[in-house]
Parts: sequence; C-alpha cells; structure tokens
Amino acid sequence: MRKSDFTILVADDDPDYLFQTVFSLEKAGYKTVAVESQAEAESVILKFRPDLAIFDLMMESDDSGFILCYKLKKKYPDVPVILATAVSRETGMSFSLDSEKDKSWIRADRYLEKGIRAEQLDQEVMKLLKI
Amino acid sequence: MAVLKVLVIDDEPGIRSGVTRILKDFHVTYPFMDEDYTFEVLQASTGEDGITIIETNKPDIILLDNKLPGIQGVDVLEYVRERKYDIVIAMITSYASLDVAIRATRDGATDFIPKPFTPQELKSSIENISKQLYLRKVTDKLKQDGKKIRYQFLSVLSHELKAPLNALEGYLRMMQEKQAGDRIDDYATHIDRSLQRIQGMRNLIMDLLDFTKIRLERKEEKIQEVDLAEVARNAIGTVEPYAIQMEVSVNLDVRNDSIIMADPEDMEIIFNNLISNAVKYNKFGGSAEITIDSNENEVFLIFTDTGIGISEADRENLFREFMRVKNERTKNISGSGLGLSIVRKVIELYHGTIKVDSTPDLGTVFTVRLPKKPSTIT
Repeated sequence: MRKSDFTILVADDDPDYLFQTVFSLEKAGYKTVAVESQAEAESVILKFRPDLAIFDLMMESDDSGFILCYKLKKKYPDVPVILATAVSRETGMSFSLDSEKDKSWIRADRYLEKGIRAEQLDQEVMKLLKI
Repeated sequence: MAVLKVLVIDDEPGIRSGVTRILKDFHVTYPFMDEDYTFEVLQASTGEDGITIIETNKPDIILLDNKLPGIQGVDVLEYVRERKYDIVIAMITSYASLDVAIRATRDGATDFIPKPFTPQELKSSIENISKQLYLRKVTDKLKQDGKKIRYQFLSVLSHELKAPLNALEGYLRMMQEKQAGDRIDDYATHIDRSLQRIQGMRNLIMDLLDFTKIRLERKEEKIQEVDLAEVARNAIGTVEPYAIQMEVSVNLDVRNDSIIMADPEDMEIIFNNLISNAVKYNKFGGSAEITIDSNENEVFLIFTDTGIGISEADRENLFREFMRVKNERTKNISGSGLGLSIVRKVIELYHGTIKVDSTPDLGTVFTVRLPKKPSTIT
C-alpha cells in the first residue's frame, strides 16, 4: 500500500501545531483529517475509522489525549495511536511507554515530545503503519 | 485536641455499650501528630438507623456489624461507598465469615475487628484508623497549602511557554527547508502566525510578571489615594486600537466618588484585564460599559459587555490559573489564561469580591466590590 492509501486523524488545539503536522504529513503523502478539540475528535471517531491517529495530550482537559486514546482503542483496537505533547520532562509530568506500568494505562503505541522533525514523524508513522 | 465521631452499628446492645465504655476515656496520640484524638461514640442497632445517623452526624469512623436485622452491613458499606463519603469503616466480624470479609474489603472496608474483642483489640484498631485519618488530613492540608497547585502551575506554565516556541520553530523549519515554495510570499501566513505567537508569548510574560508581583510585593507605603475614574480612562485608552478594529464602543459612567486607598498598579491590573476582556470577547460592533459607583465604605465596579458570554460550566473555573474558555468563538482570541486569576488575587488582597453573571451569546457582567480603605492588605 502507498502512503496516500492511509488517512491519519490529527487532533490538536494549537492551530499552528495542527497546521504544521498536517502540512508535513500531507507533504509526505498521507491523507489527513484535522480536528481542534477532544470533542471534535470524539465525534469523528464515532463515524470514521482512521488508519492512524495523532493526539495532543492537553486540550479541553489536561488528559484529553489519554481519553481519546482510550476511546479510539475501545472502538478500533487495531488503529495505532501517537500521543504528542509539549509537556516537558523537567516538570515530572512525563510519560513514556518504556515501563510496563505506564503501558498498562496509556493506550498509545508511541509517545512523542512535540517539536519533532517532519522526517522523524514520517518514520514513526511508517513504522506503525508497517509501510 | 480533636474529637472523632465513631458510629457503632450493631444489633447487640452489649457490643454498643462496650465500645462506648472502652472509647470514653481513650485518646490517641503520636509523636508526629500535632493534636490528640478523643472519641465520641454514636450508636445504631440497625443498618437503617445507622444510615440516618450517617446523614445527620457525618461520623469519621464506623464500626459495622455485618449481621443486622434489616439491611446488612455490606449494604451500609455500599451506601457509604456510593456516596463517596469520607468515612473509615471497620467491620466487626467473626473470623468464620471470610467471604463477607473479602466482599467488604472490596467494597471499601479498611479494617476488621474480630468479635468478640478485648478492649485492647478495639483500642489498637481505633488507633490504626485514627492514624490513617490523620495522614489523610495532612495530605488534604498540603493540597490546600498550594503545594500541589504550585506543581500544577509549573507544569501548565511550561506547557504554555513551550507551545509558542514549538510553533515558531516549526514555521522557521518550514521556511528553512522551503517546504511551501521558493518565494517569500509563499510564507505570508507562516510569518503572520509566528508574529501572533510572539505577541501571545509576550502577553503571557507580562501577565506572569504581574502574577509574581502581586505575590511578592506587598508594600504598605505604596498605598495612596487613587482615582479609579482616571485608572479606567487609561485602561480604555490602552485597549482603544483593538476596540476600533472590533468596532466596539467603550463607555465609562462614573456615578459617584471614585477615590480609593490602594496601590495604583493593583487597580491598573483590575481595569486593564477586565476592560480588555470586555473588548476581546465582544462581538463585532458590540459595546462595553464600565460603571463606577460607591457608598461611604465601598466602591462598586461593573463591567458589562455585549460579548459572546460564558457558559455556566466555564464560569465555575473562570478564575483558575491558565483557565481559558475553549470553543469555536474563542479560538482566535489570544490570552495567557492568567488575567482573571490575577484580577481575583488582587481583589482578594483588598478583601474585596468579584462575581460574574453571563448569558452565552448575550454578554457578561463582572461586578467588583472593593473597600475604600482596606484595613490591612495581606
């Protein structure tokens, strides 16, 4: 399958980050659906199965991204999810999927700090989509 | 010295009076506790009576027999758990009923007291429970002391500061790699957005400075006579360029003496924030009205706008740090999420009050009450 056969759902309440992420994904060849809130993402998920989802962690609430991961995985267990956030390690509010403990409650396949390069994001997406 | 209320729910009068007698002169103390605990015992012979007492007296501890004439102990347990009452429950049970014990633990019982028990057994159970309650209280107090809030503040702050940097970095990289084309014009939106994010970050930093200022600087000598009408006029001047863009008319109505004893900078914070909100969150062509009124002791400031309004749910958290109402209509309005929390802190320093009334789509009214001569500024 080619990249253009995949549709990626991107949810972020930062319009610039959303714009940049969608821009780089489309440039890489993917189709995208962009939403600006947890609520919008939830209503999209109800009607539509994306091939991959990228969720921001903090939107309407501090844990919007976790909730979206959970809801998406419940409906479509096979759809890979990337959780993206600007929350830094220094504050202690850092999560990784390295430990079993975190894996058990974060239903995401990848956890990425925001600000990653376009190529790096593409790499991660290709890996998860097994391209 | 603190008194903990212990409710005994048991159909055997002997158990009830026994507990009352044993706990009458009992007190719990620990080296790390700053107060002793003594106990007041309440009694119920059925689960139904027990629930009535739970509702009227809010006990701290319940000693609960499972085998009761009407509803069972586990039903009482479930009742308390469902309502999330902050009560520690110990089951009075014979060791034989292990299945009850397991179910009870699952339902939220924290301790078991074997039946029949010796005074010493009861006392040591109560001692453990008291220690638990004390620790819980200390944890709550820590939260109230703001340690947790401070931690949350820092993590949200780092998020708010990093987000615009990430956005800028992203746009600059797009330009560096010429991702959107070769001409500078291909990047007009990118540049525009970058400048907006820089402005947003600047506002956040200014607000943060205000925020630390109200926390650190409390100097009595800064208190002087301030004419609030003057402060209001300056604030209107500051917001004017934006008001012209939005075609929002801003009017000031001074109905009475507007002199107050205060730090002028504090008053500027109040007016700048509330007036700029009244314009920012307004509709195109709307209006904002500032009324200053007073009586002998107090000044009343009323900020009325014809803006987008605030839903009831959003009003609840409106004064929280980094709270920003997020919806379709606010998404293009920039703000640090600190303004109203700063305003409230300032007003509280002067022992004043602020309240908000709002109807979504019609507008919002902020009403501020400030004493003319603050007795003490803390």
